[in-house]
Amino acid sequence: MGIEGIGARVTRKEDQRFVTGLGRYVDDMVVPGMKYAVFVRSPHAHATIKAIDTASAKAMPGVIGVLTGPELKSDGIGNIICGWMIHSKDGSPMKMGAWSPLATDKVRYVGDAVAIVVAETRGQARDAAEAVAVDYDELPAVTDAQKALEAGAPQIHPEAPNNLIFDWELGDSADAERALAGAAHVTRMRIVNNRLIPNAIEPRAALGHYDKAEDHFTLWTTSQNPHLARLVMSAFYNVAPENKLRVIAPDVGGGFGSKIYIYPEEIVCLWASKRTGVPVKWVADRTESFLCDAHGRDHVTEVSMGFDADNRIVGLKVDTIANLGAYMSLFSSCVPTYLYATLLSGQYEIPHIHCNVRTVYTNTAPVDAYRGAGRPEATYLLERVMETAARELGVSPAELRRKNFIREFPHQTPVIMNYDAGDYEASLEAAMRAADYAGFPARREEAKRRGKLRGIGMSCYIEACGLAPSQAVGSLGAGIGLWESAEVRVNAAGTIEVLTGSHSHGQGHETTFAQVVADRLGVPLDSVSVVHGDTDKVQMGMGTYGSRSGAVGISAIVKALDKVEAKAKKIAAHLLEADEGDIVIENGEVKVAGTDRSLPWLQVALAAYTAHNLPAGMEPGLKETSFYDPTNFTFPAGCYICEVEVDPETGVTEIVQFVAADDFGTIINPLIVEGQVHGGITQGVGQALLEGCVYEPSSGQLVTASYMDYTMPRASDVPSFLVSTTVTPSPSNPLGIKGCGEAGAIGSPPAVINAITDAIGNNDLTMPATPQRVWTALRKH
Amino acid sequence: MADISMVINGREVRGSVEDRMLLVHFLRESQGLTGTHVGCDTSQCGACVVHVDGKAVKSCTMLAAQASGCEVVTIEGLAKDGQLHPVQAAFKEHHGLQCGFCTPGMVMSAVDMIRRHPAGLDEKTVRAELEGNICRCTGYHNIVKAIMAASEEMSGKAQAA
Repeated sequence: MGIEGIGARVTRKEDQRFVTGLGRYVDDMVVPGMKYAVFVRSPHAHATIKAIDTASAKAMPGVIGVLTGPELKSDGIGNIICGWMIHSKDGSPMKMGAWSPLATDKVRYVGDAVAIVVAETRGQARDAAEAVAVDYDELPAVTDAQKALEAGAPQIHPEAPNNLIFDWELGDSADAERALAGAAHVTRMRIVNNRLIPNAIEPRAALGHYDKAEDHFTLWTTSQNPHLARLVMSAFYNVAPENKLRVIAPDVGGGFGSKIYIYPEEIVCLWASKRTGVPVKWVADRTESFLCDAHGRDHVTEVSMGFDADNRIVGLKVDTIANLGAYMSLFSSCVPTYLYATLLSGQYEIPHIHCNVRTVYTNTAPVDAYRGAGRPEATYLLERVMETAARELGVSPAELRRKNFIREFPHQTPVIMNYDAGDYEASLEAAMRAADYAGFPARREEAKRRGKLRGIGMSCYIEACGLAPSQAVGSLGAGIGLWESAEVRVNAAGTIEVLTGSHSHGQGHETTFAQVVADRLGVPLDSVSVVHGDTDKVQMGMGTYGSRSGAVGISAIVKALDKVEAKAKKIAAHLLEADEGDIVIENGEVKVAGTDRSLPWLQVALAAYTAHNLPAGMEPGLKETSFYDPTNFTFPAGCYICEVEVDPETGVTEIVQFVAADDFGTIINPLIVEGQVHGGITQGVGQALLEGCVYEPSSGQLVTASYMDYTMPRASDVPSFLVSTTVTPSPSNPLGIKGCGEAGAIGSPPAVINAITDAIGNNDLTMPATPQRVWTALRKH
Repeated sequence: MADISMVINGREVRGSVEDRMLLVHFLRESQGLTGTHVGCDTSQCGACVVHVDGKAVKSCTMLAAQASGCEVVTIEGLAKDGQLHPVQAAFKEHHGLQCGFCTPGMVMSAVDMIRRHPAGLDEKTVRAELEGNICRCTGYHNIVKAIMAASEEMSGKAQAA
């Protein structure tokens, strides 16, 4: 691997700027003449807009412009769309309601944008925003998805009768029913997956700049996928054609899914810049982030899993209601369908699976992908059911899982996915060893003597990453392809730039991507720069989400490196008068194998650009591009074991040990991969113990709209983690990478809840397992 | 408007600011010191921590005018002569950061924490002391590791000196 190559624990290149305060985030950008925007937002969950009076706001000090929905519409700006078409089981297309970037006639959730105020200072914009008078006619609101489906519920979009967006299914219902009817034991549960608010620590921000001289727009934005933002804003929102719109996502302070989507604010800031003639910057305050960033999860599910007399799973039936909020966000439709139901086989041989999903409009913020996106919901469901079934059947949770593990690959599940490689026994064994599973009863006894209830819980997760083969996702309704692009530019003096369509917002691409190049060409890490996040520099890309940067983004780089290497070898063979097949590249030298004849890398690069002596017919230059389209998803998997101690007097849960054994395939940089797992687990622990979005049901007001109301995991809420990896390389991409970004958040919530329910001896517990809920569950038992 | 003056990272600066201007906005917008970040509105996240007269302060909770006459150190002023402060170096070495947004506040809090615990820090104390700094990326594991390593290194250096 070399000291800087694939597999090396290299410290990150990007850290120097971050630890010295020199990171450059959107709010750090300053453009001459730049002014500040504040949005006027609906204080009501559901209301019609009778009138908007901007006159007094416009007269306030420093105000440059106040703009509203009708003006936006008159300029032809389009509605925000969902980019993944799902058909209901009756064949009808999903019922997408109109979402105007600035509301025109109706507001549908607290925080819905109604107007933008642009002023000289942030303070002046805020003052003026308070002076915009909106005359609302309040309507009854509904925030709960099940209630929204009931007769007589408030109707949110005329396009979606009964608030039902689609009623979709995967698998054969009758087969699954038959399997359950013939089962020796059926475990039935109602599972709630609590609604979460992503909370990247950098709030979303946008700086729109219209350059009149060039008739050209530039947007600096907190995006995980600037190219997709440009494409969607051009093709669907009519902001500007692609050749007149540059989108830059500089340093971005965390995403977790919430910065995938194209939100109203980006569109409106660009448009407002042209309307007002000044560059317009908007930065969300934290309350706006809580109100308006796309939320995650929010499923309610009835599940039945059947076992035969030998404890083998015979069938699974799942009926889910998913809350999509007030509008359909960009990928909202695929999260509770193709990213959820397709993972319901987990790590297990399940012959029959049927999943029905109804998605529902409510008067809440839009819901879309949040770290894991559908896969945490599937995993929580399965792993709570497996643990519960083990308890009901009187067998050990590990044995029940072992008995049902898939052991041969490739494995075709009944729910589309074809698992390419894995070894679930290996990660289970590794986790049980690290956790000293066998020693648990003694630890429980010891805790009991201290007056604490100790419990242990496990979770064996699988996820589908490396999104995704374009043709496959196209056939399932995706409006885009999910390849990735890369360009490897070897400069004349031998240094290298890698241009990638992936985007790093914490993942360390500047280091790991450079490691791949250093590994291949033997050049120093410092001579490789990674360029990303700017549509003027990188031609096209699909961005970073779904743990796709390694499996898809790096694969594109590898493919471009193949071409660079091939051309460099041709040049070297010509210069060294050797056979092309005998040329090898090692340690920064291009050599004739088995001889002492070699050229420094620099000289080959220079030769490509001087072009004085190239093979006949060869074009000068050394720069290659690749668009890599994956052939399959990748399937990271692993086993997590959590141990908790509950204080029976207070209901407070302490996580006393957390073990993760993950199979991510080939790992480029273990330091970074471990960091991803730590962070993911903590987000999962947050969901299990602390985080829960609460809307006041009758008014639709968001109760948890600040860090004083929504409990973020703090350092004292988690222990240090014991993480390790087992490796089965993915056969589906050149380096065997599977992806690691979401595993922690997917695998940890069921492990935590399985541990708490084990400790308290009551299985009836919903997330977040707050002290009050745990205390109550203890006493109900 | 208020006329203010303060020493920021060893340099004396003067300014005329709106009475309501927060110290963080003075640093970021008037002084161009954008390493200090704003992550919330309620003084919870700690991305804005700077040192005022030697103490860690959330600069979103202090008016610029209140800091007049004070000595302020921001993340930009921590490294000396091109050498990272031991806490900065430890965050880099132990991968105590991912997106980097909470990092300046974390580092400034950590420096203050280590200074207040000259006898050294155990894991429990570090975790409790980080109550006012939120990180969404790292799960704190490597932040805690970095702070303990820096604390050890700094106390070692103090003993040697």
